[in-house]
Amino acid sequence: MGCIESLPYEIILRGSSFRECRDYIYEHYPEHRDVPPGFKIFDTHIIGVPPIAIGFDGDYVIFPFTKPCHGTFLLRIQNREEAARLRALPVKPSR
Amino acid sequence: MPDVNDVDEPTESRGRTAILVLGCPQVPVQTSIALYLIHRLKKAGITPVVAGNRSAVTLLVVADPARQYLGEALDLDRAIDQITGKKRDFDLCFVFIHNDAGISYAATMGAISKAALYTVIYGEHYDSIAASIDFPCGKIAAKAVHNPMPLKKMLDEVAPWGA
Repeated sequence: MGCIESLPYEIILRGSSFRECRDYIYEHYPEHRDVPPGFKIFDTHIIGVPPIAIGFDGDYVIFPFTKPCHGTFLLRIQNREEAARLRALPVKPSR
Repeated sequence: MPDVNDVDEPTESRGRTAILVLGCPQVPVQTSIALYLIHRLKKAGITPVVAGNRSAVTLLVVADPARQYLGEALDLDRAIDQITGKKRDFDLCFVFIHNDAGISYAATMGAISKAALYTVIYGEHYDSIAASIDFPCGKIAAKAVHNPMPLKKMLDEVAPWGA
């Protein structure tokens, strides 16, 4: 997953669970989307238990990033194009 | 130090195939049970492929220098990329789990692969991990950290290589 690790990212949650990341996004980011496992963000397949939540804050994308030995990190990366691409995903009517 | 990339040769098989998705190798039983499962799968005529991070795969490479058991091994991210890209898939999938990240990988394999999914759950908190898995999969779980025998026993009882 070299792509994400080479980008300037901010860690919001460290060593958390997939559920904590999902709940954090639902709670803190009114604008969010749900994506399936394996969906690509920043050219990286996202690992997780569905639904995987991604949040938006202006040009920032907030999403979970899982590594086998370190658990799940909630990352925040600024990228206008990727935020726009992900915002174009359909919003689920209910959760 | 062996290079994981040295063993990264695609498996040519017309028979049934299985992928073993290894987790963080910090719990000792993982390498032992993985080698045992590879042995049972091969004995049943199923071609096993191992996917894991560099440390997890290197532990297997060093433990099996003559390659009596280990066949194809590849980087976990690369395996996920191939399956997601529909370049390959497997008949059986075993995901080794002892932490929350393992659950995430298992759910991902269940979503992207058509393989029959088995979770191999171990470690101190095997019971709470097993209870938290609510997606469809076979569960092979035992409290095993240093001693692989409880997990081997569960594996033998389920005998997924005969399914």
